[in-house]
Amino acid sequence: MEKFNQLNGVAAPLDMINVDTDQIIPKLHLRTIKRTGLGKVVFEELRFNTDGSEKPEFVLNREPYRNAKILVAGDNFGCGSSREHAPWALLDFGIRCIISTSFADIFYNNCFKNGILPIIVSKEELDALMGDAGDTDNPELTIDLEAQTIRRPNGPIVSFTIDEFRRECLLEGLDDIGLTMQKVDKIGEFEVEQRQSQPWLYNQG
Amino acid sequence: MAAPQTLFDKIWNSHLVAVQDDGINLLYIDRHLLHEVLSPQAFEGLRMARRPVRRPGATLAVADHNVPTTDRTLGIEDPESRLQVETLSINCKEFGVPLFDMLDPRQGIVHVIGPEQGFTLPGTTLVCCDSHTATHGAFGALAFGIGTSEGEHVLATQTLRTSRPKNMRISVEGKLSAGCTGKDLILAIIGKIGTAGGTGHIVEYAGQAISDLSMEGRMTVSNMTIEAGARAGLCAPDEKTYAYLEGRPMAPTGAQWNQAVAFWRTLKSDPGAVYDKEVTLAAADIAPQVTWGTSPEDVVSIDGAVPNPADAGTEAKRAAMQRALDYMGLQPGTPMTDIPIDNVFIGSCTNSRLEDLRAAAAIVEGKKVAAHVEAMVSPGSTIIKRQAEEEGLDRIFTAAGFEWRESGCSMCLGMNPDRVAPEKRCASTSNRNFEGRQGRDARTHLVSPAMAAAAALAGRLADVRELE
Repeated sequence: MEKFNQLNGVAAPLDMINVDTDQIIPKLHLRTIKRTGLGKVVFEELRFNTDGSEKPEFVLNREPYRNAKILVAGDNFGCGSSREHAPWALLDFGIRCIISTSFADIFYNNCFKNGILPIIVSKEELDALMGDAGDTDNPELTIDLEAQTIRRPNGPIVSFTIDEFRRECLLEGLDDIGLTMQKVDKIGEFEVEQRQSQPWLYNQG
Repeated sequence: MAAPQTLFDKIWNSHLVAVQDDGINLLYIDRHLLHEVLSPQAFEGLRMARRPVRRPGATLAVADHNVPTTDRTLGIEDPESRLQVETLSINCKEFGVPLFDMLDPRQGIVHVIGPEQGFTLPGTTLVCCDSHTATHGAFGALAFGIGTSEGEHVLATQTLRTSRPKNMRISVEGKLSAGCTGKDLILAIIGKIGTAGGTGHIVEYAGQAISDLSMEGRMTVSNMTIEAGARAGLCAPDEKTYAYLEGRPMAPTGAQWNQAVAFWRTLKSDPGAVYDKEVTLAAADIAPQVTWGTSPEDVVSIDGAVPNPADAGTEAKRAAMQRALDYMGLQPGTPMTDIPIDNVFIGSCTNSRLEDLRAAAAIVEGKKVAAHVEAMVSPGSTIIKRQAEEEGLDRIFTAAGFEWRESGCSMCLGMNPDRVAPEKRCASTSNRNFEGRQGRDARTHLVSPAMAAAAALAGRLADVRELE
């Protein structure tokens, strides 16, 4: 997983609440057996007409947002289906940070597994950042995960909190499975004990 | 003396392998379900790191999302769908994971076959890369959806790195009124607490209306818990749970059965256990429900009307409501029973079990689907399909004008060819009415099986209580 430390880039405003993962990546694209290549179809039904032509009003189809690295979005972002294809598609497009007032649980977890930083801010802060992103002349933000800040072109810095362990893993680009395998003895001990108390859970192996 | 624990606390605490200083828990996972859509990348990750599956015996895979519900001996036409289903077979063979492939007589929707086979058991932790894993909470299992990378972690280590959610109790007192089912109950709950009402929490369902539900009714309620933002929805196990499980292929037997039931009887919240959030509803206040918009929280009683965005509390909500009305092609104030429909779908992990099929069949028996409506039934599993045929339900449906299909996720999300055409309106027993869910620009109204049957006959959304 790629490390995340500082990110400076264009922030695209997506001023919608309850954006669900069906909207982020429609189901026909779940047939892929890879994690990559979905950037060209992220937000497909919001972004393209059925004939494949672009919908000019959708934010990611407009300059300067075609190269957005940050998304500023409304409440409860990423709700609905657990499909990890949603963060894969966003990452493949180039988005590495999403800022909102809240995220759905499964989507939030999936972001961290893929080196995407989801940041939770207050409503007032979101309104200010949505305004920053909406300024097409200067929509850049600088995210500093080490310092836990969002630097804005004009206006006070926004500080954010984040789970310490998750922050470390993102900063170091750590692989979850490798970390857990360091505790494999404890897993084995758990199984020995559980096999005693609930043997029926081990009938198939 | 230890503090009183909730059912969730008991299961969580008894599955902790390690707790880190920062609060991340390493949780042991007893049961892992897989399907073909969200597993390929997990197996690929294992393959690249040369790791085996730690407990194939605690794992079960099934092909359900892409499979056709028409004659499957003809194979899968779409090359990408076919590749995904074949990839599951290849992966399961390579890693020794038990699989019900497309033609297996035990094949069905993953959240139907788990309980059906006795793979789902009370007091276990159960995960699957699918948000409707919440279904299995009906058995008092701590069951929730995870992402593909987490799925890879479970395959390799049989554990999950996760933070501990909070406790929420939803109590439903009294009895459901005539014409109302578990589906109406959970839709009403989501309408009340909203699509993020349970985020960060595990729900425990309590109260007479919940314990009155059959296991299938509880599965419907647990299934849609995720639509309220909570990843899991638990019902404490009871005699109905044990009766359902006894004799199932993977359930314990003999002395182990007695030992298991004795343990399962301890799986309830202690008196005085504290919940971070509590919600109560009166079952008798609930009428048959129907969604009008593009979120499961956009729900009204069937005798209600399409709401007005002008009445919304915030600008964001007003904009979202207007967007939903534009997408759904509806005007504020329209009575729900005035809305014509084009399709009816009875199926999905929410409502496709035998009781659901019986309820719908009872409505349509001897009657005809409205001439302009295309209606289909996809039983939740091949076993349910066979049981329904033994009872003659298939003949009731086909005589009325329904198509009787094979088992799969089907029109819930249209990954296989079963889709709703653009701007066509479907009364569906599934769980999501998002934009594009059943097909690009398709319009979904979520209802119970009896309500879907009533809509099929009337050719419009209809109040099942008012049928002759």
